[in-house]
Amino acid sequence: MSRFTGLRAVFKREFQGYFASPVGYIFIVIFLLSSGWLTLSRDFGRFLELRQASLDSFFTYIPWIFVVLVPAVAMRLWAEERKSGTVELLCTLPISLEGSYLGKFLAGWCFLAFSLLLSLPLVVHVARLGDPDWGAIFAGYLGCLLLAASYLAIGMLFSALTKNQVVAFILGTAATVVFLIIGLPQTLESIGSTFGGYVEQVLLSLSIADHFDTLTRGLLELGTLVFFVVFTTGWLVGGMLVLDRTKAS
Amino acid sequence: MEESTAENGQTESPPEVVAEPTEVLVRVAGLSKHYGAIRAVDGIDFEVRRGDILGFLGPNGAGKTTAMRLITGFLEADAGTVEVAGHDITRDSLAARRRVGYLPENAPAYGEMTVRGFLEFIAEAREVSPGDRAIAQVVAMTGLDRVQHQVIETLSKGFKRRVGLAQALIHDPEVLILDEPTDGLDPNQKAMVQDLISNLSKNKCIILSTHILDEVERICNRAVIISEGKILVDSTPAELISKAHDHNLVQLRFTTEQPELVEKIAAQPWCAEVRQPSPEVVEVLPREGENHLAEVLALASGTPLEGVHLHEGRLDDLFRDITQGVSQ
Repeated sequence: MSRFTGLRAVFKREFQGYFASPVGYIFIVIFLLSSGWLTLSRDFGRFLELRQASLDSFFTYIPWIFVVLVPAVAMRLWAEERKSGTVELLCTLPISLEGSYLGKFLAGWCFLAFSLLLSLPLVVHVARLGDPDWGAIFAGYLGCLLLAASYLAIGMLFSALTKNQVVAFILGTAATVVFLIIGLPQTLESIGSTFGGYVEQVLLSLSIADHFDTLTRGLLELGTLVFFVVFTTGWLVGGMLVLDRTKAS
Repeated sequence: MEESTAENGQTESPPEVVAEPTEVLVRVAGLSKHYGAIRAVDGIDFEVRRGDILGFLGPNGAGKTTAMRLITGFLEADAGTVEVAGHDITRDSLAARRRVGYLPENAPAYGEMTVRGFLEFIAEAREVSPGDRAIAQVVAMTGLDRVQHQVIETLSKGFKRRVGLAQALIHDPEVLILDEPTDGLDPNQKAMVQDLISNLSKNKCIILSTHILDEVERICNRAVIISEGKILVDSTPAELISKAHDHNLVQLRFTTEQPELVEKIAAQPWCAEVRQPSPEVVEVLPREGENHLAEVLALASGTPLEGVHLHEGRLDDLFRDITQGVSQ
Protein backbone atom coordinates (compact mmCIF):
# COMPACT_ATOMS: atom_id res chain seq x y z
CA MET A 1 0.00 0.00 0.00
CA SER A 2 1.92 2.97 -1.27
CA ARG A 3 -0.09 5.49 0.74
CA PHE A 4 1.40 4.05 3.90
CA THR A 5 4.94 3.48 2.63
CA GLY A 6 7.42 3.49 5.49
CA LEU A 7 4.78 3.15 8.22
CA ARG A 8 6.31 -0.03 9.60
CA ALA A 9 9.82 1.37 9.83
CA VAL A 10 8.62 4.54 11.56
CA PHE A 11 6.38 2.57 13.93
CA LYS A 12 9.22 0.28 14.94
CA ARG A 13 11.66 3.12 15.53
CA GLU A 14 9.18 5.16 17.52
CA PHE A 15 7.89 2.31 19.66
CA GLN A 16 11.41 1.17 20.54
CA GLY A 17 12.23 4.83 21.22
CA TYR A 18 9.85 4.89 24.20
CA PHE A 19 11.97 2.26 25.90
CA ALA A 20 15.34 3.65 24.79
CA SER A 21 15.20 6.50 27.28
CA PRO A 22 13.90 6.89 30.84
CA VAL A 23 10.93 8.95 29.57
CA GLY A 24 8.82 5.91 28.68
CA TYR A 25 9.43 4.22 32.02
CA ILE A 26 8.72 7.43 33.92
CA PHE A 27 5.43 7.74 32.05
CA ILE A 28 4.43 4.18 32.95
CA VAL A 29 5.31 4.65 36.61
CA ILE A 30 3.38 7.94 36.83
CA PHE A 31 0.38 6.42 35.07
CA LEU A 32 0.28 3.38 37.34
CA LEU A 33 0.81 5.40 40.51
CA SER A 34 -1.78 8.06 39.65
CA SER A 35 -4.43 5.65 38.36
CA GLY A 36 -3.80 3.28 41.28
CA TRP A 37 -3.97 6.04 43.86
CA LEU A 38 -7.13 7.63 42.42
CA THR A 39 -8.79 4.21 42.16
CA LEU A 40 -7.90 3.03 45.63
CA SER A 41 -7.98 6.32 47.56
CA ARG A 42 -10.66 6.72 50.22
CA ASP A 43 -11.24 10.26 48.95
CA PHE A 44 -11.69 9.36 45.28
CA GLY A 45 -12.31 5.89 43.82
CA ARG A 46 -12.83 4.06 47.16
CA PHE A 47 -12.23 0.79 45.32
CA LEU A 48 -11.29 -1.15 48.43
CA GLU A 49 -14.09 0.32 50.55
CA LEU A 50 -16.80 -0.38 47.99
CA ARG A 51 -15.65 -4.00 47.53
CA GLN A 52 -17.64 -4.26 44.31
CA ALA A 53 -16.61 -6.47 41.40
CA SER A 54 -16.44 -3.44 39.14
CA LEU A 55 -13.74 -1.21 37.61
CA ASP A 56 -15.88 1.95 37.69
CA SER A 57 -13.50 3.52 40.21
CA PHE A 58 -10.64 3.02 37.75
CA PHE A 59 -12.42 4.13 34.56
CA THR A 60 -13.87 7.27 36.19
CA TYR A 61 -10.45 8.91 36.53
CA ILE A 62 -8.82 7.71 33.30
CA PRO A 63 -10.06 10.66 31.17
CA TRP A 64 -8.52 13.08 33.69
CA ILE A 65 -5.24 11.20 34.03
CA PHE A 66 -4.96 10.99 30.24
CA VAL A 67 -5.60 14.73 29.93
CA VAL A 68 -2.13 15.27 31.36
CA LEU A 69 -0.28 12.13 30.35
CA VAL A 70 -1.32 11.64 26.71
CA PRO A 71 -0.33 15.17 25.59
CA ALA A 72 2.98 14.46 27.34
CA VAL A 73 3.43 11.44 25.07
CA ALA A 74 2.28 13.36 22.00
CA MET A 75 4.24 16.57 22.53
CA ARG A 76 7.60 15.20 21.39
CA LEU A 77 6.35 13.28 18.36
CA TRP A 78 6.83 16.11 15.84
CA ALA A 79 8.08 19.07 17.90
CA GLU A 80 11.28 17.20 18.70
CA GLU A 81 11.76 16.15 15.07
CA ARG A 82 11.40 19.74 13.95
CA LYS A 83 13.66 21.15 16.65
CA SER A 84 16.47 18.64 16.08
CA GLY A 85 16.19 18.82 12.29
CA THR A 86 15.49 15.10 11.88
CA VAL A 87 12.17 16.02 10.24
CA GLU A 88 14.23 16.93 7.16
CA LEU A 89 15.78 13.49 7.16
CA LEU A 90 12.46 11.75 7.72
CA CYS A 91 10.61 13.73 5.05
CA THR A 92 13.26 13.06 2.41
CA LEU A 93 13.29 9.31 2.96
CA PRO A 94 10.93 7.35 0.70
CA ILE A 95 8.25 7.47 3.37
CA SER A 96 4.84 8.94 2.63
CA LEU A 97 3.38 11.63 4.86
CA GLU A 98 0.68 9.18 5.93
CA GLY A 99 3.30 6.51 6.61
CA SER A 100 5.36 8.69 8.92
CA TYR A 101 2.40 10.37 10.64
CA LEU A 102 0.44 7.18 11.25
CA GLY A 103 3.59 5.25 12.14
CA LYS A 104 4.20 7.69 14.97
CA PHE A 105 0.54 7.70 15.97
CA LEU A 106 0.33 3.91 16.13
CA ALA A 107 3.58 3.70 18.09
CA GLY A 108 2.27 6.20 20.65
CA TRP A 109 -1.07 4.41 20.80
CA CYS A 110 0.55 1.01 21.29
CA PHE A 111 2.72 2.49 24.05
CA LEU A 112 -0.41 3.78 25.78
CA ALA A 113 -2.08 0.40 25.28
CA PHE A 114 0.95 -1.26 26.86
CA SER A 115 0.65 1.08 29.85
CA LEU A 116 -3.03 0.18 30.18
CA LEU A 117 -2.13 -3.48 30.00
CA LEU A 118 -0.07 -3.03 33.14
CA SER A 119 -3.26 -2.14 35.02
CA LEU A 120 -4.56 -5.70 34.51
CA PRO A 121 -3.75 -6.75 38.12
CA LEU A 122 -6.78 -4.63 39.02
CA VAL A 123 -8.93 -6.82 36.77
CA VAL A 124 -7.54 -9.91 38.46
CA HIS A 125 -8.40 -8.40 41.83
CA VAL A 126 -11.94 -7.60 40.67
CA ALA A 127 -12.38 -11.16 39.47
CA ARG A 128 -11.37 -12.39 42.92
CA LEU A 129 -13.87 -10.07 44.60
CA GLY A 130 -16.87 -11.53 42.84
CA ASP A 131 -18.51 -12.04 39.47
CA PRO A 132 -17.75 -8.90 37.46
CA ASP A 133 -19.55 -7.76 34.32
CA TRP A 134 -16.88 -8.76 31.83
CA GLY A 135 -18.69 -6.94 29.03
CA ALA A 136 -18.46 -3.67 30.94
CA ILE A 137 -14.78 -4.25 31.70
CA PHE A 138 -14.03 -5.05 28.07
CA ALA A 139 -16.00 -2.03 26.87
CA GLY A 140 -14.29 0.12 29.50
CA TYR A 141 -10.83 -0.87 28.31
CA LEU A 142 -11.93 -0.35 24.70
CA GLY A 143 -13.11 3.09 25.77
CA CYS A 144 -9.71 3.78 27.34
CA LEU A 145 -7.99 2.82 24.09
CA LEU A 146 -10.30 4.99 21.99
CA LEU A 147 -9.92 7.83 24.45
CA ALA A 148 -6.14 7.52 24.26
CA ALA A 149 -6.30 7.53 20.45
CA SER A 150 -8.40 10.69 20.34
CA TYR A 151 -6.24 12.54 22.89
CA LEU A 152 -3.10 11.41 21.07
CA ALA A 153 -4.43 12.65 17.73
CA ILE A 154 -5.20 16.04 19.31
CA GLY A 155 -1.76 16.22 20.92
CA MET A 156 -0.01 15.26 17.68
CA LEU A 157 -1.60 18.11 15.78
CA PHE A 158 -0.24 20.61 18.28
CA SER A 159 3.13 18.87 18.24
CA ALA A 160 3.19 19.35 14.46
CA LEU A 161 2.26 23.00 14.90
CA THR A 162 5.25 24.05 17.02
CA LYS A 163 8.90 23.23 17.62
CA ASN A 164 8.45 23.86 21.32
CA GLN A 165 7.41 20.74 23.24
CA VAL A 166 6.13 22.74 26.22
CA VAL A 167 3.87 24.81 23.98
CA ALA A 168 2.67 21.62 22.27
CA PHE A 169 1.91 20.09 25.66
CA ILE A 170 -0.03 23.13 26.92
CA LEU A 171 -2.08 23.48 23.74
CA GLY A 172 -2.73 19.73 23.57
CA THR A 173 -3.85 19.61 27.18
CA ALA A 174 -6.06 22.68 26.77
CA ALA A 175 -7.76 21.21 23.69
CA THR A 176 -8.42 17.85 25.34
CA VAL A 177 -9.79 19.57 28.45
CA VAL A 178 -12.22 21.53 26.25
CA PHE A 179 -13.54 18.36 24.60
CA LEU A 180 -13.79 16.72 27.99
CA ILE A 181 -15.57 19.43 29.96
CA ILE A 182 -18.12 20.29 27.29
CA GLY A 183 -19.89 17.07 28.26
CA LEU A 184 -19.97 17.70 31.99
CA PRO A 185 -23.49 18.30 33.40
CA GLN A 186 -22.49 21.67 34.87
CA THR A 187 -21.13 22.89 31.53
CA LEU A 188 -24.12 21.62 29.58
CA GLU A 189 -26.55 23.18 32.03
CA SER A 190 -24.81 26.52 31.88
CA ILE A 191 -24.53 26.56 28.08
CA GLY A 192 -28.03 25.15 27.61
CA SER A 193 -29.58 27.92 29.68
CA THR A 194 -27.70 30.57 27.70
CA PHE A 195 -27.79 29.27 24.11
CA GLY A 196 -30.65 26.82 24.16
CA GLY A 197 -31.12 23.09 23.94
CA TYR A 198 -29.84 22.70 20.37
CA VAL A 199 -26.36 23.96 21.24
CA GLU A 200 -26.44 21.75 24.32
CA GLN A 201 -27.15 18.71 22.13
CA VAL A 202 -24.35 19.59 19.70
CA LEU A 203 -21.88 19.95 22.56
CA LEU A 204 -23.04 16.69 24.09
CA SER A 205 -22.51 14.91 20.80
CA LEU A 206 -18.94 16.28 20.67
CA SER A 207 -18.17 15.42 24.26
CA ILE A 208 -15.48 12.83 24.77
CA ALA A 209 -16.61 12.32 28.37
CA ASP A 210 -20.16 11.42 27.37
CA HIS A 211 -19.07 8.87 24.75
CA PHE A 212 -16.50 7.42 27.12
CA ASP A 213 -19.16 7.05 29.84
CA THR A 214 -21.33 5.12 27.40
CA LEU A 215 -18.54 2.57 26.94
CA THR A 216 -17.67 2.27 30.63
CA ARG A 217 -21.32 1.44 31.29
CA GLY A 218 -20.79 -1.56 29.01
CA LEU A 219 -22.77 -0.16 26.09
CA LEU A 220 -21.07 -0.83 22.77
CA GLU A 221 -23.08 1.60 20.66
CA LEU A 222 -22.24 2.09 17.02
CA GLY A 223 -22.65 5.86 17.36
CA THR A 224 -20.02 5.96 20.08
CA LEU A 225 -17.53 3.91 18.08
CA VAL A 226 -18.17 6.04 14.99
CA PHE A 227 -17.67 9.18 17.06
CA PHE A 228 -14.24 8.09 18.27
CA VAL A 229 -13.14 6.91 14.81
CA VAL A 230 -14.32 10.09 13.07
CA PHE A 231 -13.01 12.36 15.82
CA THR A 232 -9.57 10.73 15.84
CA THR A 233 -9.36 10.55 12.05
CA GLY A 234 -10.32 14.21 11.79
CA TRP A 235 -7.53 15.29 14.11
CA LEU A 236 -5.05 12.99 12.34
CA VAL A 237 -5.91 14.40 8.91
CA GLY A 238 -5.74 17.93 10.33
CA GLY A 239 -2.37 17.13 11.87
CA MET A 240 -1.02 15.85 8.56
CA LEU A 241 -2.13 19.03 6.81
CA VAL A 242 -0.50 21.11 9.54
CA LEU A 243 2.74 19.12 9.35
CA ASP A 244 2.89 19.42 5.58
CA ARG A 245 2.81 23.20 5.94
CA THR A 246 5.03 23.60 8.99
CA LYS A 247 7.69 20.90 8.56
CA ALA A 248 10.25 23.22 6.97
CA SER A 249 9.54 26.31 9.04
CA MET B 1 10.17 -3.18 -4.17
CA GLU B 2 7.05 -1.17 -4.79
CA GLU B 3 7.49 1.31 -7.54
CA SER B 4 6.48 4.75 -8.67
CA THR B 5 4.21 5.46 -5.79
CA ALA B 6 2.22 8.55 -6.50
CA GLU B 7 1.15 9.77 -3.09
CA ASN B 8 -2.52 9.64 -4.00
CA GLY B 9 -2.37 6.04 -3.01
CA GLN B 10 -2.80 4.59 -6.47
CA THR B 11 -0.41 1.81 -7.26
CA GLU B 12 1.10 2.45 -10.62
CA SER B 13 3.97 0.59 -12.17
CA PRO B 14 5.63 2.71 -14.83
CA PRO B 15 8.68 1.19 -16.46
CA GLU B 16 11.88 1.38 -14.48
CA VAL B 17 14.04 4.24 -15.66
CA VAL B 18 17.46 2.91 -16.56
CA ALA B 19 20.08 5.61 -16.51
CA GLU B 20 22.57 5.81 -19.37
CA PRO B 21 26.22 6.32 -18.41
CA THR B 22 26.20 10.03 -19.20
CA GLU B 23 22.56 10.58 -18.54
CA VAL B 24 21.37 13.70 -16.81
CA LEU B 25 20.46 12.54 -13.32
CA VAL B 26 19.30 15.87 -11.91
CA ARG B 27 17.48 18.39 -14.05
CA VAL B 28 16.39 21.65 -12.46
CA ALA B 29 14.31 24.08 -14.52
CA GLY B 30 12.99 27.50 -13.51
CA LEU B 31 13.05 26.58 -9.83
CA SER B 32 11.79 29.29 -7.48
CA LYS B 33 10.95 29.51 -3.83
CA HIS B 34 9.87 32.61 -1.96
CA TYR B 35 9.50 33.17 1.77
CA GLY B 36 7.15 36.10 1.88
CA ALA B 37 8.91 38.90 0.05
CA ILE B 38 12.28 37.14 0.17
CA ARG B 39 13.33 35.27 -2.97
CA ALA B 40 15.30 32.36 -1.54
CA VAL B 41 15.66 30.67 -4.93
CA ASP B 42 14.91 32.68 -8.01
CA GLY B 43 14.36 30.76 -11.23
CA ILE B 44 17.47 28.60 -11.30
CA ASP B 45 18.24 26.09 -14.07
CA PHE B 46 20.98 23.49 -14.22
CA GLU B 47 21.65 19.86 -15.01
CA VAL B 48 23.96 17.37 -13.36
CA ARG B 49 25.17 14.24 -15.12
CA ARG B 50 26.42 10.92 -13.88
CA GLY B 51 30.04 11.28 -12.82
CA ASP B 52 29.68 14.98 -12.01
CA ILE B 53 30.58 16.43 -8.64
CA LEU B 54 28.93 19.81 -8.55
CA GLY B 55 30.02 22.25 -5.88
CA PHE B 56 27.31 24.64 -4.79
CA LEU B 57 28.93 27.83 -3.59
CA GLY B 58 27.49 30.96 -2.13
CA PRO B 59 27.53 33.22 0.90
CA ASN B 60 25.29 32.47 3.87
CA GLY B 61 21.66 32.99 2.95
CA ALA B 62 22.40 32.70 -0.78
CA GLY B 63 19.81 29.97 -1.26
CA LYS B 64 22.02 26.88 -1.32
CA THR B 65 20.20 24.96 1.40
CA THR B 66 16.80 25.99 0.06
CA ALA B 67 17.81 24.77 -3.40
CA MET B 68 18.94 21.43 -1.95
CA ARG B 69 15.72 21.11 0.01
CA LEU B 70 13.75 21.71 -3.17
CA ILE B 71 15.76 19.12 -5.09
CA THR B 72 15.26 16.51 -2.36
CA GLY B 73 11.54 17.23 -2.11
CA PHE B 74 11.62 18.51 1.46
CA LEU B 75 10.29 21.85 0.25
CA GLU B 76 7.71 22.40 -2.41
CA ALA B 77 8.69 24.89 -5.11
CA ASP B 78 6.56 27.92 -5.97
CA ALA B 79 7.53 27.44 -9.61
CA GLY B 80 9.74 25.22 -11.73
CA THR B 81 10.51 21.53 -11.82
CA VAL B 82 13.06 19.09 -10.46
CA GLU B 83 13.67 15.71 -12.05
CA VAL B 84 15.75 13.11 -10.28
CA ALA B 85 16.80 10.15 -12.44
CA GLY B 86 13.80 10.84 -14.65
CA HIS B 87 11.28 11.16 -11.80
CA ASP B 88 9.56 14.43 -11.01
CA ILE B 89 10.18 15.25 -7.35
CA THR B 90 6.61 16.51 -6.87
CA ARG B 91 4.48 14.17 -8.98
CA ASP B 92 6.55 11.02 -8.47
CA SER B 93 8.04 11.94 -5.13
CA LEU B 94 8.66 8.54 -3.55
CA ALA B 95 10.32 7.12 -6.66
CA ALA B 96 12.55 10.20 -6.89
CA ARG B 97 13.40 10.07 -3.18
CA ARG B 98 14.41 6.42 -3.50
CA ARG B 99 17.19 7.46 -5.86
CA VAL B 100 18.58 10.22 -3.67
CA GLY B 101 20.92 10.01 -0.74
CA TYR B 102 20.73 13.21 1.28
CA LEU B 103 22.88 14.60 4.04
CA PRO B 104 21.00 17.61 5.44
CA GLU B 105 22.81 20.56 6.99
CA ASN B 106 24.27 19.66 10.43
CA ALA B 107 23.73 15.94 9.76
CA PRO B 108 20.62 15.45 11.92
CA ALA B 109 20.14 11.98 13.44
CA TYR B 110 18.16 10.41 16.25
CA GLY B 111 20.53 10.99 19.15
CA GLU B 112 19.08 8.35 21.46
CA MET B 113 19.72 5.55 18.95
CA THR B 114 22.95 3.64 18.47
CA VAL B 115 24.74 4.12 15.15
CA ARG B 116 23.83 0.58 14.15
CA GLY B 117 20.18 0.98 15.19
CA PHE B 118 19.90 4.24 13.27
CA LEU B 119 21.38 2.72 10.12
CA GLU B 120 19.04 -0.27 10.45
CA PHE B 121 16.09 2.13 10.61
CA ILE B 122 17.27 3.99 7.51
CA ALA B 123 17.86 0.68 5.72
CA GLU B 124 14.33 -0.49 6.51
CA ALA B 125 12.83 2.84 5.46
CA ARG B 126 14.79 2.60 2.21
CA GLU B 127 13.72 -1.00 1.72
CA VAL B 128 17.26 -2.31 1.85
CA SER B 129 16.99 -5.94 2.86
CA PRO B 130 18.11 -6.60 6.46
CA GLY B 131 20.29 -9.49 5.30
CA ASP B 132 22.00 -7.18 2.86
CA ARG B 133 25.61 -6.22 3.43
CA ALA B 134 24.75 -2.56 2.88
CA ILE B 135 25.06 -1.59 6.54
CA ALA B 136 28.40 -3.33 7.01
CA GLN B 137 29.67 -1.73 3.80
CA VAL B 138 28.75 1.85 4.72
CA VAL B 139 30.02 1.36 8.26
CA ALA B 140 33.39 0.28 6.86
CA MET B 141 33.36 2.95 4.13
CA THR B 142 32.78 5.79 6.59
CA GLY B 143 35.05 4.45 9.32
CA LEU B 144 32.30 3.89 11.87
CA ASP B 145 33.33 0.35 12.88
CA ARG B 146 34.49 1.15 16.38
CA VAL B 147 31.51 3.36 17.28
CA GLN B 148 28.69 1.43 15.64
CA HIS B 149 27.25 0.29 18.98
CA GLN B 150 27.61 3.71 20.57
CA VAL B 151 24.65 6.05 21.14
CA ILE B 152 24.76 8.83 18.54
CA GLU B 153 24.40 11.74 20.97
CA THR B 154 27.64 10.69 22.67
CA LEU B 155 29.64 10.89 19.44
CA SER B 156 31.97 13.71 18.40
CA LYS B 157 30.87 16.11 15.67
CA GLY B 158 33.11 14.35 13.17
CA PHE B 159 31.58 10.95 13.84
CA LYS B 160 28.06 12.40 13.72
CA ARG B 161 28.85 13.79 10.28
CA ARG B 162 30.07 10.36 9.20
CA VAL B 163 26.85 8.78 10.48
CA GLY B 164 24.98 11.29 8.31
CA LEU B 165 27.09 10.28 5.32
CA ALA B 166 26.56 6.59 6.03
CA GLN B 167 22.77 6.95 6.07
CA ALA B 168 22.92 8.86 2.78
CA LEU B 169 24.94 6.07 1.15
CA ILE B 170 23.20 3.01 2.55
CA HIS B 171 21.06 2.33 -0.54
CA ASP B 172 23.86 3.12 -3.00
CA PRO B 173 21.91 6.01 -4.55
CA GLU B 174 22.45 7.37 -8.03
CA VAL B 175 22.16 10.93 -6.76
CA LEU B 176 23.95 12.16 -3.67
CA ILE B 177 23.12 15.56 -2.18
CA LEU B 178 25.38 16.73 0.63
CA ASP B 179 24.81 19.98 2.49
CA GLU B 180 28.20 21.03 3.85
CA PRO B 181 29.53 17.49 4.31
CA THR B 182 32.86 18.51 5.82
CA ASP B 183 31.66 21.35 8.02
CA GLY B 184 33.19 21.04 11.49
CA LEU B 185 35.55 18.20 10.64
CA ASP B 186 39.25 18.25 11.48
CA PRO B 187 41.73 18.28 8.55
CA ASN B 188 42.20 14.49 8.57
CA GLN B 189 38.47 13.84 8.64
CA LYS B 190 37.96 16.40 5.87
CA ALA B 191 40.50 14.67 3.67
CA MET B 192 38.87 11.30 4.38
CA VAL B 193 35.40 12.54 3.44
CA GLN B 194 36.71 14.33 0.35
CA ASP B 195 38.46 11.17 -0.83
CA LEU B 196 35.30 9.18 -0.18
CA ILE B 197 33.22 11.63 -2.23
CA SER B 198 35.75 11.57 -5.08
CA ASN B 199 35.70 7.79 -5.19
CA LEU B 200 31.91 7.66 -5.15
CA SER B 201 31.45 9.96 -8.11
CA LYS B 202 32.19 7.37 -10.81
CA ASN B 203 28.66 5.97 -10.88
CA LYS B 204 26.73 8.80 -9.30
CA CYS B 205 26.11 12.46 -9.57
CA ILE B 206 26.97 14.41 -6.45
CA ILE B 207 25.82 17.87 -5.49
CA LEU B 208 27.53 19.36 -2.48
CA SER B 209 27.39 22.75 -0.85
CA THR B 210 30.40 24.11 0.91
CA HIS B 211 32.06 27.26 2.17
CA ILE B 212 35.48 25.71 1.67
CA LEU B 213 36.62 26.77 -1.77
CA ASP B 214 39.72 24.57 -1.67
CA GLU B 215 37.32 21.64 -1.40
CA VAL B 216 35.67 22.66 -4.67
CA GLU B 217 39.06 22.95 -6.36
CA ARG B 218 40.07 19.58 -5.00
CA ILE B 219 37.07 17.36 -5.68
CA CYS B 220 34.49 19.10 -7.88
CA ASN B 221 34.46 19.08 -11.66
CA ARG B 222 31.78 21.77 -11.74
CA ALA B 223 31.13 24.79 -9.59
CA VAL B 224 27.96 26.82 -9.35
CA ILE B 225 28.04 30.15 -7.55
CA ILE B 226 24.67 31.22 -6.23
CA SER B 227 23.80 34.51 -4.59
CA GLU B 228 20.45 35.99 -3.63
CA GLY B 229 18.77 32.93 -5.09
CA LYS B 230 20.26 33.30 -8.58
CA ILE B 231 22.98 31.30 -10.29
CA LEU B 232 25.77 33.74 -11.14
CA VAL B 233 28.35 31.31 -12.48
CA ASP B 234 28.18 27.71 -13.68
CA SER B 235 31.60 26.51 -14.75
CA THR B 236 34.51 24.22 -13.97
CA PRO B 237 36.77 25.16 -11.04
CA ALA B 238 39.70 25.58 -13.49
CA GLU B 239 37.70 28.00 -15.64
CA LEU B 240 36.63 29.89 -12.58
CA ILE B 241 40.19 30.21 -11.35
CA SER B 242 41.20 31.54 -14.78
CA LYS B 243 38.73 34.36 -14.21
CA ALA B 244 40.25 35.34 -10.86
CA HIS B 245 41.72 38.81 -11.04
CA ASP B 246 45.25 37.70 -10.14
CA HIS B 247 45.27 34.69 -12.47
CA ASN B 248 48.75 34.41 -14.09
CA LEU B 249 50.08 37.27 -12.00
CA VAL B 250 53.92 37.16 -12.06
CA GLN B 251 55.69 38.11 -8.87
CA LEU B 252 59.38 39.00 -9.16
CA ARG B 253 61.69 39.50 -6.19
CA PHE B 254 64.97 41.43 -6.65
CA THR B 255 67.87 42.25 -4.38
CA THR B 256 67.48 45.96 -5.18
CA GLU B 257 64.76 48.29 -6.49
CA GLN B 258 64.25 48.14 -10.30
CA PRO B 259 62.47 51.33 -11.46
CA GLU B 260 63.60 51.01 -15.11
CA LEU B 261 62.31 47.47 -15.41
CA VAL B 262 58.98 48.49 -13.90
CA GLU B 263 58.59 51.20 -16.54
CA LYS B 264 59.58 48.80 -19.31
CA ILE B 265 57.05 46.14 -18.26
CA ALA B 266 54.27 48.70 -17.77
CA ALA B 267 54.75 49.83 -21.37
CA GLN B 268 54.01 46.37 -22.77
CA PRO B 269 50.63 46.04 -24.54
CA TRP B 270 49.77 42.83 -22.67
CA CYS B 271 50.39 44.39 -19.25
CA ALA B 272 47.32 45.47 -17.31
CA GLU B 273 49.03 46.66 -14.15
CA VAL B 274 52.39 46.67 -12.38
CA ARG B 275 52.34 46.78 -8.58
CA GLN B 276 55.13 47.15 -6.03
CA PRO B 277 54.05 45.89 -2.63
CA SER B 278 57.63 46.61 -1.47
CA PRO B 279 60.62 48.26 -3.26
CA GLU B 280 62.24 44.91 -4.12
CA VAL B 281 59.05 43.13 -5.22
CA VAL B 282 57.33 43.69 -8.56
CA GLU B 283 53.95 42.14 -9.44
CA VAL B 284 52.89 42.04 -13.07
CA LEU B 285 49.20 41.54 -13.83
CA PRO B 286 48.58 40.58 -17.47
CA ARG B 287 45.51 41.58 -19.48
CA GLU B 288 42.77 38.96 -19.92
CA GLY B 289 44.55 36.69 -17.44
CA GLU B 290 46.94 35.43 -20.15
CA ASN B 291 50.23 33.80 -19.25
CA HIS B 292 53.15 36.17 -20.07
CA LEU B 293 55.74 34.65 -17.77
CA ALA B 294 58.24 34.12 -20.61
CA GLU B 295 57.97 37.74 -21.75
CA VAL B 296 58.38 39.02 -18.18
CA LEU B 297 61.47 36.86 -17.63
CA ALA B 298 62.95 38.02 -20.94
CA LEU B 299 62.54 41.65 -19.91
CA ALA B 300 64.04 40.91 -16.49
CA SER B 301 67.12 39.17 -17.86
CA GLY B 302 70.31 40.72 -16.60
CA THR B 303 68.68 42.06 -13.43
CA PRO B 304 69.54 40.76 -9.93
CA LEU B 305 66.48 38.49 -9.83
CA GLU B 306 66.13 36.57 -6.58
CA GLY B 307 62.87 34.69 -7.13
CA VAL B 308 59.86 34.28 -9.45
CA HIS B 309 56.34 33.11 -8.65
CA LEU B 310 53.43 32.60 -11.04
CA HIS B 311 50.04 32.93 -9.31
CA GLU B 312 47.31 30.63 -10.58
CA GLY B 313 44.69 32.75 -8.92
CA ARG B 314 42.38 31.93 -6.08
CA LEU B 315 38.78 30.85 -6.19
CA ASP B 316 38.26 32.79 -2.96
CA ASP B 317 39.06 36.05 -4.74
CA LEU B 318 36.69 35.35 -7.60
CA PHE B 319 34.01 34.22 -5.18
CA ARG B 320 34.38 37.45 -3.23
CA ASP B 321 34.37 39.58 -6.38
CA ILE B 322 31.24 37.92 -7.75
CA THR B 323 29.17 37.66 -4.60
CA GLN B 324 30.11 41.08 -3.21
CA GLY B 325 29.41 42.60 -6.60
CA VAL B 326 25.88 41.22 -6.38
CA SER B 327 25.24 42.30 -2.83
CA GLN B 328 26.48 45.81 -3.60
